[in-house]
Amino acid sequence: MVLGLALAGWLSARSRAWALRANSGSRLASLPNYHGWYVGLWIFVPTIIFVFIWDAISPNLVIQSVLASPAADGLPAIDSARLDALREARAVASGALASTTNPDALPMVAPFSDALSQYRWIGIALTVIIAGAAGAWSYLRVKPDFGARTRVERVIMAMLILASLVAVFSTFGILASLIFETFRFFEMVSPIDFLFGTFWSPDPMANPDNPDPTRYGAIPLFWGTLLIGAVIAMIVAIPVGMMSAIYLTQYAHPRFRAWAKPALEILAGVPTVVYGYFAALTVAPMIRDIAMSVGIANASSESALAAGLVMGVMIIPFVSSMADDSIAAVPQAMRDGSLAMGATTSETIKQVLVPAALPGIVGGVMLAISRAIGETMIVVMAASTAANLSANPLDSMTTVTVQIVAMLTGEGSFDHPATLSAFALGFILFLVTLALNFVALSVVKRYREAYE
Amino acid sequence: MTVIHPNLEAVDPKMSAEGVSVYYGDKQAIKDVSIAIPAKYVTAFIGPSGCGKSTFLRALNRMNDTIPSARVEGQIELDGEDIYSNKMDVVQLRARVGMVFQKPNPFPKSIYDNIAYGPRIHGIFEQKGDLDGIVESSLRRAGLWDEVKDRLNDPGTALSGGQQQRLCIARAIAVDPEVILMDEPCSALDPIATAKIEELIAELSSRYAIVIVTHSMQQAARVSDRTAFFHLGEIVEYGRTSDIFTNPIEQRTKDYITGRYG
Ligand SMILES: Nc1ncnc2c1ncn2[C@@H]1O[C@H](COP(=O)(O)OP(=O)(O)OP(=O)(O)O)[C@@H](O)[C@H]1O
Ligand SMILES: [Mg+2]
Repeated sequence: MVLGLALAGWLSARSRAWALRANSGSRLASLPNYHGWYVGLWIFVPTIIFVFIWDAISPNLVIQSVLASPAADGLPAIDSARLDALREARAVASGALASTTNPDALPMVAPFSDALSQYRWIGIALTVIIAGAAGAWSYLRVKPDFGARTRVERVIMAMLILASLVAVFSTFGILASLIFETFRFFEMVSPIDFLFGTFWSPDPMANPDNPDPTRYGAIPLFWGTLLIGAVIAMIVAIPVGMMSAIYLTQYAHPRFRAWAKPALEILAGVPTVVYGYFAALTVAPMIRDIAMSVGIANASSESALAAGLVMGVMIIPFVSSMADDSIAAVPQAMRDGSLAMGATTSETIKQVLVPAALPGIVGGVMLAISRAIGETMIVVMAASTAANLSANPLDSMTTVTVQIVAMLTGEGSFDHPATLSAFALGFILFLVTLALNFVALSVVKRYREAYE
Repeated sequence: MTVIHPNLEAVDPKMSAEGVSVYYGDKQAIKDVSIAIPAKYVTAFIGPSGCGKSTFLRALNRMNDTIPSARVEGQIELDGEDIYSNKMDVVQLRARVGMVFQKPNPFPKSIYDNIAYGPRIHGIFEQKGDLDGIVESSLRRAGLWDEVKDRLNDPGTALSGGQQQRLCIARAIAVDPEVILMDEPCSALDPIATAKIEELIAELSSRYAIVIVTHSMQQAARVSDRTAFFHLGEIVEYGRTSDIFTNPIEQRTKDYITGRYG
């Protein structure tokens, strides 16, 4: 409806502008379209804001008027029963429910439907009035010398700013809640024990007032995260990603490249649960069997290696597409220069292209690492939830993100240090990925500067 | 058909092309070109834009191989060896026939490493000391040594455009080539930097065969001993530079050098 009004404003203003132009024969300062947009936006924005506000406050107004009606005297005094009755009555009145058996609710239905329809009409009337007022005001300003174009520009800019603020503020909001809960946790368990302890086994059933700090050592988790996400996964992803990028940019036939590059990028779109299946059902047993066959008897079927390998496959596209882009961005002149010196293609790649593209490649690797250490699903399915400080990749291990999930969904109450530890873990992880992204972005930026 | 000026003295060619045609896909960019390029001379290629000068130049060190659609027919010889034969190693060929591009393209490495690049990949030095010597002498011959000797570790891209171009020339001569091909080496430079490069070309011509593509008639007249006028993929006229500029035979050459078209 609001859109319709705005459209009407847009059309009428535009035609008025056309008419003005035809009458005066002079050029308008802005195109008729802009006048249309100007009026349309003037109608749309205030009205839509009003609609949202009205949506928020009108239920309260309805309740108030219902409670003021004589039928409300018969409502039960107990709060919960009273609320139930009101809710049911409202559901029936608005048609969401066919009928109700609640004796308390029945008499309320009629006042509710009255109030609802009354306020709906008020709402519509106000909307129309606001739209009309805003439209009329802006419509009157449509004159030949009126700079509607610049004003529309300003409104568009404001909307864009608003959109980006949403992202920024939600980041800050998330961060603030994380910090708050983290502090609560650190009041119960000291940060020293948490950051440097080597044993992780929070007991959600223990007395929450007196947690055992020795069970909250996060080192095994960070170790597991690093080993799986930053070491094993990268051992897979960096060489494979780099080589495929080099092949695709330097050797592949353009037709093959046009087909293979999107195919590679599809890898990034596979849901991580699917990778998890693959890791747990295919890779992990295979690794165990291989380990057994070479004489390692106690190989577990849940290994850091399996999770890391599959994670590596998952992030190949991150590495390869960044590497691909940055190698392709190295100027052709650089390549020609090297070839003209008598270098072979592979010498050119090794000595000129890769060094020149290195910052971009490093940036891609950093992003891939931060993606890998934030990954949960594969580890849950393939590497278990048991914290284990071990250098043997065949052991089962767990990561920070897995423990966050385990702690938050565990049996502990929300105030329990075991649950709160999830926030501390999340906070540290956040800092680590933030730092990684920061480094990655600054590296990428430096690289851009080198070529402009 | 190419008109060869009558008083062009015959010298032993360093490179010679016989009936060379170059195609990009179906499109023929060079049509049956024959020319002999003498050692220790500067040969200039002039002609209107798009007439195939760069294409022919690139055929001389097989840089056209890097363009998938390009195809070369005919015979090009370096010291009597067919450079398109299977026996010819492209890598060796390009070490012997160096190239300087229109836009300076130093590698994103230090000045030192830029010069050392060729000697390193071709392994033409014995010890580190030799490499230092090659770097110094190449920079000296390119007239750049005094300007950069204190900052050999700075990136090559940090130099000015003219310095970068001389760096690229130094890089090309570091492998001690026999022929240097230059494709409009001064077109991105100001007159002072241009003058320096021209001086350098004159000096280098005592050791190397130099081929230079240029759009500047004055430059061709200043630096070259011989000039070939290209038009629509053919060499219209070839002779001593002084002859080409003072009494061209073909009408098209006359029109071009007097600025009537092009
Ligand atoms: N990579 C390529 N693919 C297809 N056609 C090309 C390619 N390079 C050049 N050509 C064509 O070949 C012809 C000759 O081009 P070339 O670059 O040799 O001209 P040029 O004489 O060097 O011109 P300029 O003086 O502008 O540098 C032109 O018609 C051009 O469009
Ligand atoms: Mg050219």
